[in-house]
Amino acid sequence: MANFDLNKLTQKIQQGVWPIIITLAHLILGVTLVYLNPRSNLAFLLMISSFLSLYALKTPVLFKLVTGALLALVIIPVIGVRNIFYLEVIFQISVFSALALGLNIVVGFAGLLDLGYVAFYAVGAYLWAFFGSQQYYVLHFAPGTQPSNLPFLLPSDMFYLFIFLAIIAAALTGILLGTPVLRLRGDYLAIVTLGFGEVIRVLANNLDKPLNFTNGPQGITPIQKPPMPPAFVDIFNSVFGRFVGHTASVADMYNVMFYIYALVVIIIIIVVTRRLNDSKIGRAWTAIREDETAAIAMGIPLVKMKLAAFATGASFAGVMGVLLAGSRTFVSPESFSFMQSIGVLTMVILGGSGSIPGVILGAATVTILNLQILQGLSLYLSQLRQSDAVIPIINFAWKNLSNQLDPAKYQRLLFGLILILMMIFRPEGLIPAKRQKRELASDKVEVKG
Amino acid sequence: MTLLKTIDVVKRFGGLTAVNKMNFSLEKGEIVSIIGPNGAGKTTFFNTLTGIYSPEEGTIEFDNKSILGLRPDQIADRGISRTFQNIRLFSNMTVIENILVGMHPRLTQSSLDILLRLPAFKKEESISEKKAEEIMLFVGLKNVGNELAKNLPYGGQRRVEVARALAANPQLILLDEPTAGMNPQETEDAIRLFRRIRDEKGITVLLIEHDMRVVMNISERISVMDYGGLIAEGTPAEIRSNPQVIEAYLGRGAVANQHEVKAVQ
Repeated sequence: MANFDLNKLTQKIQQGVWPIIITLAHLILGVTLVYLNPRSNLAFLLMISSFLSLYALKTPVLFKLVTGALLALVIIPVIGVRNIFYLEVIFQISVFSALALGLNIVVGFAGLLDLGYVAFYAVGAYLWAFFGSQQYYVLHFAPGTQPSNLPFLLPSDMFYLFIFLAIIAAALTGILLGTPVLRLRGDYLAIVTLGFGEVIRVLANNLDKPLNFTNGPQGITPIQKPPMPPAFVDIFNSVFGRFVGHTASVADMYNVMFYIYALVVIIIIIVVTRRLNDSKIGRAWTAIREDETAAIAMGIPLVKMKLAAFATGASFAGVMGVLLAGSRTFVSPESFSFMQSIGVLTMVILGGSGSIPGVILGAATVTILNLQILQGLSLYLSQLRQSDAVIPIINFAWKNLSNQLDPAKYQRLLFGLILILMMIFRPEGLIPAKRQKRELASDKVEVKG
Repeated sequence: MTLLKTIDVVKRFGGLTAVNKMNFSLEKGEIVSIIGPNGAGKTTFFNTLTGIYSPEEGTIEFDNKSILGLRPDQIADRGISRTFQNIRLFSNMTVIENILVGMHPRLTQSSLDILLRLPAFKKEESISEKKAEEIMLFVGLKNVGNELAKNLPYGGQRRVEVARALAANPQLILLDEPTAGMNPQETEDAIRLFRRIRDEKGITVLLIEHDMRVVMNISERISVMDYGGLIAEGTPAEIRSNPQVIEAYLGRGAVANQHEVKAVQ
């Protein structure tokens, strides 16, 4: 019975003006709550989840676009400048969405399990880290011994050129890795990519001698940000100043700028992915994923198509790498560990391998779990530890709770649990990929008995 | 005109010679069956023709050009299509997408056309979609274009495999046990379809088949394989009475018995 009622309810909220009302109510409630309680995680979740209402409920496309743009380009920057922590969370969601969308091409479409995906991210990041910092003049110094006041190698607006160079560099790295190993299938490919990811990280760690390219484990800093037009800050302050509550600084606006750049990259990735997917290339990828032998017998050049998937996925990661280097002004090998690759893979699998909205949802969920929920729990536990509270009945004083029990350190457990639970209960992901339906004339032909 | 010609083709797996000095030729527009007991090397021979295995010795010429050493996708591009003994569809793609994948080597859209959605791309997609629908109707698939291939019944999946193989406009289609597992009605429909492939599309048909009713009904010529080589060739009537063939299928005793029966008659 309960199930029946639920169906009726879902039908009802998808009819007439209800979808628009519900979406707007969700959005307005979320935004108001965040605005009134700038520190509440729950309010923030409610606001972010209004993207889901916007996606899932049947509203006109124009409504979706306008509301989505308003939320992403106006409301989030304002809320984000008000409380910079939220902007950081949103920026991370965007970065990981972009990475997950890139990996989705390799894993979701072409079915090639890549366990070293962040290597391409590292290539992009170190590319701008080297050319956008003073590192060129430090080549002959051991880490930590360089003189101060070195000039920057390139002007900061070269950042934009390097976004494009990173596409090429990462794609070439993808082809370089792919050429020898793409003849391997399944598990073997996964092992080689895992190794490759580690090789890049270890290279970054050790390429501080004989010539100091990467500054070793200390990482490269400072890296230049692209120039910020002063008008941007002024306009933002004069238009949104009274909503923000304080005057936005240049640093605040940089965060907004990088968030918007990440959004632009995501939109480009989505358009490119969808177009490729609806073409002979996308069909070839899916065919390879479904049955390699049949695919090659149908005339699909396996190696060429797999390389294309690898290079496309890699180039997206390369772009995000440059963005990361610019926004953080600091790059070190730690950011490109095996755990990062697994994290991105978890997002793809959680959301739905091969599904664009699914992958974005996966990236958002994992990032929020990581940055907000686990850390929120940690904070809560440490507050309990400092209090005199005691659990009744078993007489356990929170003070005695071990410091080892810090949820923020349980990221790996989280990834593992997500992967296991998804594989058992919902291997197709939260929003499974759908095949595109075509308008076919032959569907209208009468069936003769 | 000879479409396909193999001379002394040998394919070994370790110590086992699966195809042994296979000499075989096929005229344009023929319907030919290859029969033989299990393990005779029929499917291995198909796999050497389509480039999945490369033979250790011998030559293979298709359309007067050697296709030896080409990759399977290059051979498909030259005009040899195939179906598989166990259905190998792209199960999670729709029926029409399966057929469009079959068209892959004939599509000329470049990455630029695709990324910018240029008119050339849109035109090619709509033309190929129409062509795919024609092929679906040709093989007798109706109203299933948007179904996932895995959701079709067995007979339907067999048809999709044939449709996918036809999509690339091949000159030669290789069918590996295409009626295995079909009921008599489905088998009859299949035989009619294979004839129409040759009659209406002018495609040469080469099939491996175990069902003797199919073989005798459809073939204009039959080649019999045993121990990796050709042991007999001829029209269905010749093959039916060939003692070597009977021996390969039924054992030496059967041949002797048949002679006795004939002698008594």
